[in-house]
Amino acid sequence: MKILVPIKRVVDPYTKVRVKPDNSAVETNNVKMTINPFCEIAVEEAIRLKEKGIAQEVIVVSAGEKVCQEQLRTALALGADRAIHINSKSNLEPLMVAKLLQAIVKREQIDLVITGKQSIDSDNNQVAQMLASLLDWPQATFASQVEISGQQMQVVREVDGGLMTLSMPLPAVVSTDLRLNEPRFASLPNIMKAKKKPMDSITAEDLGIEIRYSQTICEVTPPLPRQSGIKVDSVEELLDKLRNEAKVIE
Amino acid sequence: MKNLIIAEHDNQQLHADTLKVINAASQVGNENTVLVIGCNCKTVAEQAALAEHVSQVLLVDNSEFAAHFAENTTPAITQIANEYDAIWLAASSKGKDLAPRIAAKLDVGQISDIVQVVDENTFVRPIYAGNAFAKVTTSDRIRVVTVRTSAFDAVTQNNSAPVDNYLLDPMQPLVSLVGFAQTKSERPELTAAEVVISGGRGLGSKENFALIEQLADKLGAAIGASRAAVDAGFVANDLQVGQTGKIVAPKLYIAVGISGAIQHLAGMKESNVIVAINKDPDSPIFEVADYGLVGDLFDVLPKLIEHL
Repeated sequence: MKILVPIKRVVDPYTKVRVKPDNSAVETNNVKMTINPFCEIAVEEAIRLKEKGIAQEVIVVSAGEKVCQEQLRTALALGADRAIHINSKSNLEPLMVAKLLQAIVKREQIDLVITGKQSIDSDNNQVAQMLASLLDWPQATFASQVEISGQQMQVVREVDGGLMTLSMPLPAVVSTDLRLNEPRFASLPNIMKAKKKPMDSITAEDLGIEIRYSQTICEVTPPLPRQSGIKVDSVEELLDKLRNEAKVIE
Repeated sequence: MKNLIIAEHDNQQLHADTLKVINAASQVGNENTVLVIGCNCKTVAEQAALAEHVSQVLLVDNSEFAAHFAENTTPAITQIANEYDAIWLAASSKGKDLAPRIAAKLDVGQISDIVQVVDENTFVRPIYAGNAFAKVTTSDRIRVVTVRTSAFDAVTQNNSAPVDNYLLDPMQPLVSLVGFAQTKSERPELTAAEVVISGGRGLGSKENFALIEQLADKLGAAIGASRAAVDAGFVANDLQVGQTGKIVAPKLYIAVGISGAIQHLAGMKESNVIVAINKDPDSPIFEVADYGLVGDLFDVLPKLIEHL
């Protein structure tokens, strides 16, 4: 079985982002970049399936500017077998990403795609579902447990109100939730080995996909600041404030 | 503009989120159709017909749609979607699962988790865990939008829109439901509650979370948690508040033993009044708290419970 893991280069999740003064976007220059945390979980899950002998090959793919090869290299160091870089602008809309992935799935004869459930920059939570839709494959979104036996997959999903367990045939698309696994760290020898692993760089045209945009970001603004609050000294004072000042409890 | 609102329900009860989605949609539409798709869900359609601004309810009742799998409902929904200018869903786990699947089938983009409707093509949505807001314009022929329901009020229920039965072709299900482990609770639902008490790593154990429960019961509040508390097994994952969990905006949010990481703040900083109880005076949670109490939660919580 061949697994495809799409990964995205994003601003490090522990960075406090700033909106550019011209309100065109969030500042990403000179900011620490990393693999999207959900994508890291997807890579880890694919590698574990390979270690269990369920998958034969794990291919990582990323669409974006040349710098996203850094994140692909990291994924190779974590244990992916080879990487595909789709050279493009870095702000592709999810539908475009899904179409590029669809083309890769067909070209590489992929049996299972594991994506992150959302990227922590655009917070869209769309690509996995769109890809499954384009392929007419079943989708297991927000997965916290994946078990594969033969051509059947059982997935526990994190949904409102609890945990839902589904069974579906492969091929399929899975999107990872935070509790699916604990991603490993790349060891130094593996980082060195990753430099020798194959990385193809292709373009959307190579895949026969025409990039288009249907959405325009007109303006990016910071959230309204909250009025600074006060510290209270005791439980009695807190309750008094909540009752008589904020009037939120009786 | 003709709106199609996909109702969220469990085949018996219309989810309150749908009343908020109707509000968002009706800001740019004069014809608002609610689609109730499921199995034995006539009562849901009747409830949807009561909602203000609704001009019509389409009821699609078929056993194949009982579990509302996106794989089954998407081909059905796209049979009628082309007659509408916009498709609206709640940004709940069901809505998030379904909306992109519909959009891709229609070959249009999707706009997630909007907090404001500017005009029929323009919406505001949070990005970067709510640390920025993007105003997005779409040129797609059909807009597929999910709505952050905490940002909209529910419409009232004093209408009597017609309910029309409608037939949509089901697809052979690919997916089967093995089980659903529901988190049972007598407390109000987290995303709809007026008061939310959340506990974090500071609680230390699952047993200590009982203090949060006692306080919640005194205030008629829902219980939430930080990721740390969920990962440590103190509470079920569906109680997680944050960028990747639930987004809440109650009248009162009480954060107990929660440091206030960016990802947690993303889920609660639109709350009306925020109270933080933490023993570390430098916790970032105090930067967003209206009322902060520096102290050991094991001293503070019992006193709070006693005084309420």
